Amino acid sequence: MWERIFVILRKELIQALREPRMRVLLFVPPMVQLIVFGFAVNLDVDHARIAWMDMDRTPESRSLRDRFTGSGRFDIVSAPGSEAEVQRALDRGEAQAVLRIPQGFARDTARGRSTEVQILVDGTNSNTASLVASYAGSIIAEYSVNLMERQQRVKVLTRSPGSAVSMATPQVTARSRVWFNPDLYSRNYFVPGVIANIIMMVTLMLTALSIVREKEIGTMEQLMVTPVRPIELMLGKTLPFALVGLMDVVLVTVVALLVFHIPLRGSFLLLLFCAVLFLMTSLGAGLFLSTISQTQQQAMLGSFFFSTPAFMLSGFAFPIRNMPVAVQYLTYLNPVRYFIEIVRGIFLKGAGVDVLWPQMAALTIYGITVLSLSAMRFQKKLD
Amino acid sequence: METIIEIRSLTKRFGELTAVDHLDLTVAKGEIFGLVGPDGAGKTTTLRMLCGLMDPSEGSARVAGHDVARDSRAVKDQIGYMAQRFGLYQDLTVEENMVFYADLFGITGETRAQLTAQLLRMTRMEPFRTRPAGQLSGGMKQKLALMCTLLHRPRILFLDEPTNGVDPVSRRDFWAILYQLLKDGITIFMTTAYLDEAERCNRVGLMHKGKLIRCATPGAMKAETGSATLEGAFIQTIHAVDGATA
Repeated sequence: MWERIFVILRKELIQALREPRMRVLLFVPPMVQLIVFGFAVNLDVDHARIAWMDMDRTPESRSLRDRFTGSGRFDIVSAPGSEAEVQRALDRGEAQAVLRIPQGFARDTARGRSTEVQILVDGTNSNTASLVASYAGSIIAEYSVNLMERQQRVKVLTRSPGSAVSMATPQVTARSRVWFNPDLYSRNYFVPGVIANIIMMVTLMLTALSIVREKEIGTMEQLMVTPVRPIELMLGKTLPFALVGLMDVVLVTVVALLVFHIPLRGSFLLLLFCAVLFLMTSLGAGLFLSTISQTQQQAMLGSFFFSTPAFMLSGFAFPIRNMPVAVQYLTYLNPVRYFIEIVRGIFLKGAGVDVLWPQMAALTIYGITVLSLSAMRFQKKLD
Repeated sequence: METIIEIRSLTKRFGELTAVDHLDLTVAKGEIFGLVGPDGAGKTTTLRMLCGLMDPSEGSARVAGHDVARDSRAVKDQIGYMAQRFGLYQDLTVEENMVFYADLFGITGETRAQLTAQLLRMTRMEPFRTRPAGQLSGGMKQKLALMCTLLHRPRILFLDEPTNGVDPVSRRDFWAILYQLLKDGITIFMTTAYLDEAERCNRVGLMHKGKLIRCATPGAMKAETGSATLEGAFIQTIHAVDGATA
């Protein structure tokens, strides 16, 4: 049995490594993905461009402006003088937000009256918009607290001269500390997820393609008259791509650590082991695809049909918690979801088996089910 | 004479269509038997059932003493099968293709080396052993395919239109190899669209709409219909059957 599996495995490897196109296909897409997600996809808001419309022009309004520029999160790119200019700045995307200080800002605050500062945010990118709005809001809130304190002090001092009065004003401030990804780099969030992405692509698509290709060129019919058993053919066809998938995991991890400085706080061996668990599912899905496709095009389309929703619903890019409740339940059917949780857990939290066992169990059950269902469909008869 | 293929009432249905309809036939050991007939007559389906690639809907067939449906693994050890579009790995060389098939049959080491060399010599393919199969001519591909089916020394060879689309010179070479195999005692069961090839068979079976309508030596067929050529004999026989059922 093992001799025949080895014969097929060796043939697959010769074929995969002989064709230059294939060689490229095995290792370049992982690198491209990694670079795209590592460098290009950045959801952090740093140096947001804002327009500053100051209709008050007082030392007070300037001091608020200084707080914005001093925060490091905002760059003031223009100072529109009219509504038309505000409109234009937002239309053209020159500014992501406009801050408008109303006339009488200093006068009202000096009299102890409330006043409003308007923030106009470009909402075309909702994620950036909400971040910009919340940063701006927090700067203004801070300014407001400060102002209050100062006025309180003035009031107290002027009302009862000479007497000892406590200057303290009670305050509750939220002091948040972020664990696991203290600087909230979106890179730390995305790059580990790429591992799941790559294993999925390589194993699902290549397994399906390599089996369907044998059907297309007619070698499958020829293999059927040899003593090869279906299970041997299956293993011989899937093991090479499992190996390639694991090599890609190592490759991606090394680049993630060296180039992107993603922390790997957990065990790399555990990561590899979980990758093997995940591989059972994606190889099984690839086998299944090969049993229902007659041509390589069908197999290719089929793999997109499977992998696109699997990714959308994995929490790789879009947080599962933001999905409608029904869809959230649906994600429990998605093996990629579990693997993404495992990968992030191992990389960022240093989680071990004690924490990750539910996900690992889910992947194991999933893998065995998918693999045996596909194996049952994978017969060695023509009709 | 010893019977090596015994077909009893073999039937294959695909839904409504009956591709092979109660076929009865025996082939003797060492014989070369040709199955002819129009496209869609059911020749390939018959061959696939005999090789254990498809299970019959009805009836049975024994090949080299084993039932093709129940004991297909035993059958596969005894036969070589060359499909109409034989699958060669285009990106593997002549030698790699041969080694791959030999290994799958468990033929390794010294035996494999000897057999490979012997086959390459017989087909005069020695100079091309390191050439990728994709870069061979049509005739050479055919020879390579034949070699791959011969590596495990089968007793029966099933060939499905083996010389389809091959130039006349290569076809002659190919037949020279077949005669050599017959001399070694191998039984050949083939389908063909070329009637000059059918003429070289010991016996021919004419299939039409899933039925075997005539089975005899080429000479007897011509004599019965009074036709000078095998082609004329076939057309007359087919028309006679169609006329009777219409």
